[in-house]
Amino acid sequence: MNADRPLVEVDALRVLARDDSGQERRIVDDVSFSIGAGEVVALIGESGSGKTTIALSLLGYARAGCRIAGGGIRVGATDVRALSAAGLTGLRGRQVSYIAQSAAAAFNPSQRIMPQVIESAMIHRLMPRRAAEAKARGLFRALALPNPDRIGARFPHQVSGGQLQRLLAAMALITDPELVIMDEPTTALDVTTQIEVLRAFKAVAREKGTTTLYVSHDLAVVAQIADRIVVLRDGAVQEIGHTGPLLAAPRHAYTQELLAAAAPAVRMAPPVARTGERPPLLRVAGLTAGYGGANAAGMPVLPVLRDIDFVIQPGSVLGVVGESGCGKSTLARVIAGLLPAARGSVSLDGEALPAKLQDRSREQLRRVQIVFQMADTALNPAHEVDRILARPLVFYHGLRGGALRRRIAALLEMVQLPARLGRHKPGELSGGQKQRVNLARALAAEPSLILCDEVTSALDTVVGAAILDLLAGLRRELDLSFMFISHDLSTVRAFCDEVMILYAGQRVEFGQRRALLDRPMHPYSDLLVSSIPELRTGWLDGISAAHLAEASGGIAAHAIELPCAFYNRCAVRVEGVCNLQKPPLRPLAKGAEILCHRTEQELLAAQSPQPAAVLVH
Amino acid sequence: MNSLVLRLIATRVAVSLLTLLIVSAIVFGATELLPGDVAQAVLGQGATPDAVTALRQAMHLDQPAWLRYVSWLHGLLTGNPGLSLVNHLPVAGLIGGRLPNSLVLAAITTAFSVPLALAIGITTAVWRGSLYDRIASTLTVSAVSVPEFLVATLAVLIFAVNLHWLPALSSRSGVHGLFGLVRVYAMPVVTLSFVVIAQMARMTRAALVNTLGSSYVEMALLKGARPWRIVLRHALPNALGPIVNAVALSLSFLLGGVIIVETIFNYPGLAKLMVDAVATRDMPLVQSCAMLFCLAYLLLVMLADLAAILSNPRLRYR
Repeated sequence: MNADRPLVEVDALRVLARDDSGQERRIVDDVSFSIGAGEVVALIGESGSGKTTIALSLLGYARAGCRIAGGGIRVGATDVRALSAAGLTGLRGRQVSYIAQSAAAAFNPSQRIMPQVIESAMIHRLMPRRAAEAKARGLFRALALPNPDRIGARFPHQVSGGQLQRLLAAMALITDPELVIMDEPTTALDVTTQIEVLRAFKAVAREKGTTTLYVSHDLAVVAQIADRIVVLRDGAVQEIGHTGPLLAAPRHAYTQELLAAAAPAVRMAPPVARTGERPPLLRVAGLTAGYGGANAAGMPVLPVLRDIDFVIQPGSVLGVVGESGCGKSTLARVIAGLLPAARGSVSLDGEALPAKLQDRSREQLRRVQIVFQMADTALNPAHEVDRILARPLVFYHGLRGGALRRRIAALLEMVQLPARLGRHKPGELSGGQKQRVNLARALAAEPSLILCDEVTSALDTVVGAAILDLLAGLRRELDLSFMFISHDLSTVRAFCDEVMILYAGQRVEFGQRRALLDRPMHPYSDLLVSSIPELRTGWLDGISAAHLAEASGGIAAHAIELPCAFYNRCAVRVEGVCNLQKPPLRPLAKGAEILCHRTEQELLAAQSPQPAAVLVH
Repeated sequence: MNSLVLRLIATRVAVSLLTLLIVSAIVFGATELLPGDVAQAVLGQGATPDAVTALRQAMHLDQPAWLRYVSWLHGLLTGNPGLSLVNHLPVAGLIGGRLPNSLVLAAITTAFSVPLALAIGITTAVWRGSLYDRIASTLTVSAVSVPEFLVATLAVLIFAVNLHWLPALSSRSGVHGLFGLVRVYAMPVVTLSFVVIAQMARMTRAALVNTLGSSYVEMALLKGARPWRIVLRHALPNALGPIVNAVALSLSFLLGGVIIVETIFNYPGLAKLMVDAVATRDMPLVQSCAMLFCLAYLLLVMLADLAAILSNPRLRYR
């Protein structure tokens, strides 16, 4: 092989997809790029940009309904498109291997991990089983997995998401392939877990000199990993460039748009009119809730939230932030009445809300509405949009006939959808349109408070930004209050007046929006803010040792029952105090309250004083 | 094996026992509701009222229903379900003579239908959308929709009456050699298998198609695994729970089919015994046969549940 030739060459690739009517359309059109040996190239774009389709075509694979229709694909000395079915099985897993987005779904739930990790070495008869297992254990060690000698004997459901993602990387590397394709390998992970996984990937790739195609929608992550970036949109290449120059001076308008969307603008809210006399709209006091029935003490068997207190002022937006499993969604379910609390109270305008949904009056139900993350599952796929919106209008307001039709039209206009969409079913709408219908359904009740549970998380950045704009506009026009749940700090900061940070069911910090910007903060808030990838190269390598240790600690078993849930990970914990006594509620000068034994001065000394760069505009 | 699995299994067994108890009450109650008085039936229209009363007392029919239920239940549990009202032979003995015949018929049908159904289900799932899949699907749907009494009657008409290939009645007496056995069992087994195979094959296909669409199957494909390895190692183990359930449900359907098939082919099995007992109002025999059918059904469903629990590592290892 010619030493000057790149290892991988894709030339004028064209992939067609067949839609329901049998028509074929191009989903990847005239895409050409190359990857040099040992290079990391990133494919970046939003959903529908064809990035996964292109990545899979390097394995000679097209998903059901798609086919590779033209162009050349060369990996090493192999012309992928000329391979027979038998030749393709020889290529896959041997020459080119694949790391999927969701490791939890990519592992066979009925098999132990080790046989799955070494399966490609077995299929391709590269080495005896014992040698493959020894090699796998070496990879587990290199990927910084806990218990490298025993983790292979576990089943996939017995290890965490971040560990599974690294085990998937070991699966891909076991055959020393010429090319590794990583398809959004950290997208499904929490930010603190992402750091650890990214660093493990990068270290192993650097050590082995693995040629990598990294597929992602996240520019900040790509900036840490890639040597070169290919920007895709609608199946066509927009721009190809080296990472540093491309981020510093994007030439193409679409790259500029992506960069702008990565750091969302603050949707300035009008200052909340604090008349002083006006009572808070929602008051939650001493709330404890969980699942699995109650034990002898009346506490839930699986507690999820403990002693949560907060208020939401009329017309203001509270952001609730935390990683998966911290209890954010449970909080929304308790307030909405879907899950009765074990202890504590929820009151609306000073009037206590019954814990159970069936005990609440129609008026109480009307005033609190919930908008779920997945519009796909929240909207009945068999009903037209008009019918979905008519249901709350009839139920709460008794509208019918012309008044009902006029109100439906007004609601669609309010969420900026054309009236003709009313006759369509949810399956015929785009993700952003579905989320707007989902929102219109909540608005139909004319609520005082809308609980938004990760409403932009399943959407592309640009589409999500448009939904945020819509929410900000509605809030101004309708004097609505929101509880805005998200795992994404920049989104919360763009939209919320106040923030509450949850960790393992405890409210570790509560304060004004600036709480996410100014240090000192609760040690967990500090870790969370520092874990958001920054849009500059070298951020990943510059993370402090203290944060790394915290990031890789993992949530302790039964963390919610510890005096301080963050104790086992905290870099500034005080042995004998933090693990024995409940931390006091400590007010900070920046206008926030934290649950911590450390004083403001101690925390300030421990935390890097500069504000989090990603949040500065 | 851990405490969770043991608890799940114990719960299933307890629920099955409770179901059996409820069923026994229903069976007893239902036979109570049947019209006609047994003593009257035994003695005939010309019996004097005194004779009827004496017989009622001798049969304990004058006792309240709940007392008779308790003593019957006690008899069942101690293996003594009473005497036949018609020929005064022990019910246990009557059933004991017929049960093996029915079990042989069920076993042969199972051995014939399950492998065939799984093969059809797996191959149609693997080659889904192909011509073979479409033909097999059409045939199985047709088979499901034809009632087995029609299949049995047609089979007798064609193979026994017109062609004289097979005997119309499936009596095992005087049958020698393997070929003789095959001739006797061919029609009942094929008739019973007809519907059962179609159901099992369709449900196996559905369960397997579901797992074949999963991410881990795509992952196995991208590791370079060949189609049969993907099906046998990755898809099938995860479809096992639903498939075993489908098989158990279909086999329990056999119990119902057996009644019709044994009657039509005059096969000396349990179902034939029960049908005859209903005709002669032989309540102890009817009750015991009904309990046996319920027991078999519950056992099958429970075994399927256990297989589903044990094939799921999420339950086995936490």
